Amino acid sequence: MKRGLFLPIVSFLGFVFLYIPIVSLVIFSFNKSKLVTVWGGWSTKWYGELLNDPQILGAAWISLKIGVVSASLATVLGTIAAMVLTRFGKVRGRGLLTGMVTAPLVMPEVITGLSLLLLFVAMEAAFGWPAGRGMVTIIIAHTTFCMAYVAVVVQSRLVDMDDAIEEAASDLGAQPMRVFFDITLPMIAPALISGWLLSFTLSLDDLVIASFVSGPGASTLPMVIFSKVRLGVTPEINALATLIVVVVAIGISISWFFMRKKVKT
Amino acid sequence: MAEPSLAADAKPWKDATATPFIRIKNITKKFGDFAAVDDITLDIYKGELFCLLGGSGCGKSTLLRMLAGFETPTSGTIEIDGQDVAKIAAFDRPTNMMFQSYALFPHMTVEKNVIYGLLREGVPKAEAMDRVADMLCLVKLQDFAKRKPLQLSGGQQQRVALARSLIKQPKLLLLDEPLGALDKKLREKTQFELIHIQESLGVTFIVVTHDQEEAMTLSTRIGVMKDGKIVQVGEPPQIYEDPNSKYVADFIGSVNMFEGTVDVAVADTLRIKSPEAGIDLLVEPIEGLKVNQSVSVAIRPERIAVTRHKPEGAANIVEGEVEEVAYLGNLSIYCIKLASGKTLKVTKSNLLHDDVPIKWDEKVFLSWSNAAGIVLTT
Repeated sequence: MKRGLFLPIVSFLGFVFLYIPIVSLVIFSFNKSKLVTVWGGWSTKWYGELLNDPQILGAAWISLKIGVVSASLATVLGTIAAMVLTRFGKVRGRGLLTGMVTAPLVMPEVITGLSLLLLFVAMEAAFGWPAGRGMVTIIIAHTTFCMAYVAVVVQSRLVDMDDAIEEAASDLGAQPMRVFFDITLPMIAPALISGWLLSFTLSLDDLVIASFVSGPGASTLPMVIFSKVRLGVTPEINALATLIVVVVAIGISISWFFMRKKVKT
Repeated sequence: MAEPSLAADAKPWKDATATPFIRIKNITKKFGDFAAVDDITLDIYKGELFCLLGGSGCGKSTLLRMLAGFETPTSGTIEIDGQDVAKIAAFDRPTNMMFQSYALFPHMTVEKNVIYGLLREGVPKAEAMDRVADMLCLVKLQDFAKRKPLQLSGGQQQRVALARSLIKQPKLLLLDEPLGALDKKLREKTQFELIHIQESLGVTFIVVTHDQEEAMTLSTRIGVMKDGKIVQVGEPPQIYEDPNSKYVADFIGSVNMFEGTVDVAVADTLRIKSPEAGIDLLVEPIEGLKVNQSVSVAIRPERIAVTRHKPEGAANIVEGEVEEVAYLGNLSIYCIKLASGKTLKVTKSNLLHDDVPIKWDEKVFLSWSNAAGIVLTT
């Protein structure tokens, strides 16, 4: 069958449109010249400079800590939510709960950020916790929206799983908690890993929510980049962005790999 | 160990004084307004291999799941070995179940799958390992202990599932379509292995199946289910030879059904007028029929003889024309159209090479004795 050139050309142009900015960013991160837009030959000096910038390294370290802690918390809470939604049958208000768990996926970040900020301020006034805003509040904020992603990923895995396998364990004398840890958990592990990685990348990536709930001394990497860019883009930022692209790409590929692995029964 | 007494030989259901091992009393299970299981009362005896037989959606699996403890009855009681199990959760019941999908733990080896139940019971590891080894020998899987379920064939997975459900020596083993996923040859072989294992362990089996041949082969007794109710309980020959309703006659094996009205009983034959057959059907008389009552007469295809020449001395003889012939090797199936327009199914064993086999469009005579017709009122 003759297919014509229309489709290949359109898809090629589509991919160019999507990826040319990233490709140019990566190329210009190796630019020797200090001017971002003028090519001055190949060099890796900006990567070296990046590693000597304490502000950026400090922010990267904070982002990493926030990412790990909030991804872990989100994985635990998201899994519990997914279990409730798939395994507890038709409880009253199940539809409402499903909607509420997944709402943060579509909620504008500005609203999430603002409402969390208001909550933290009110809580501090009421109980004195969390005292001030900083890493703790960012972790709480990231956990809330990442949890929604984990719940969706884990839920789809649980729905695919044959209920009879859990029933079989229970039939053989395992109490419900035992069934969960012996059978359910190992079987949904790929979804947990992929949910964790997804949360970690989302947390690493977030600027808007973090800006709302952050406080002095807790600037995440995206916040530092954003403030630096406002003073002009330097090749150093290009180098940093390239590194972030690499880390995120790896994270997404691993999570995609685990999500694709079928439930083996 | 004493030889377990075989329910198949002792037939305790014929003994009015025998105590049933499982008593199901007025069990109903409703999902919303729909009664999946509708007021079933059933006694099952120790060592039986009882088959619940019925089409899909007849409630047989729901009944099994209530015995296992995965569903709570809406009303009624279940007693196992004299103990009311209503308050006992699935993980504490003296029953084990073999699932239709086998439900093997995919992340554990065969050995770990089988030992799982014993470890939950608190059996010491060493003893448990010995029992697993014995059990794997019984199901002929001793060489596959270290494999994962996914590395096994369907038949091997089926035996792992059986071993896993038998290892705790349950008082009652529930099997949900245990052979459903196997191909025909393997299924026939496995049926006999299942009977052999059941008889050597003396465990009571309740098997759910939609396959009537499987039920006939396996069971000591069959309970035929329809729309959440049990329509007939009996030994396989009884269900086949003496069905109590058109539904059972039609469901078990194949059958030719004539509608008719009771005419008159003469000596030891009953005459039934049937325009559908084109003749008056002669059958053995049964109690409780009134003149002019409408009844159905069921005749099994293998009870009808097909001949070219008019046979002598048969109680029922009717003429017809061969419409279809299907040669199945061991037997042939003939579809024969009567003058009334009704088509009858007749099977004939291919014992010897017939001189001239009966072919399409031939005129033939069908005949059967008066014992062949089963009179059904419902």
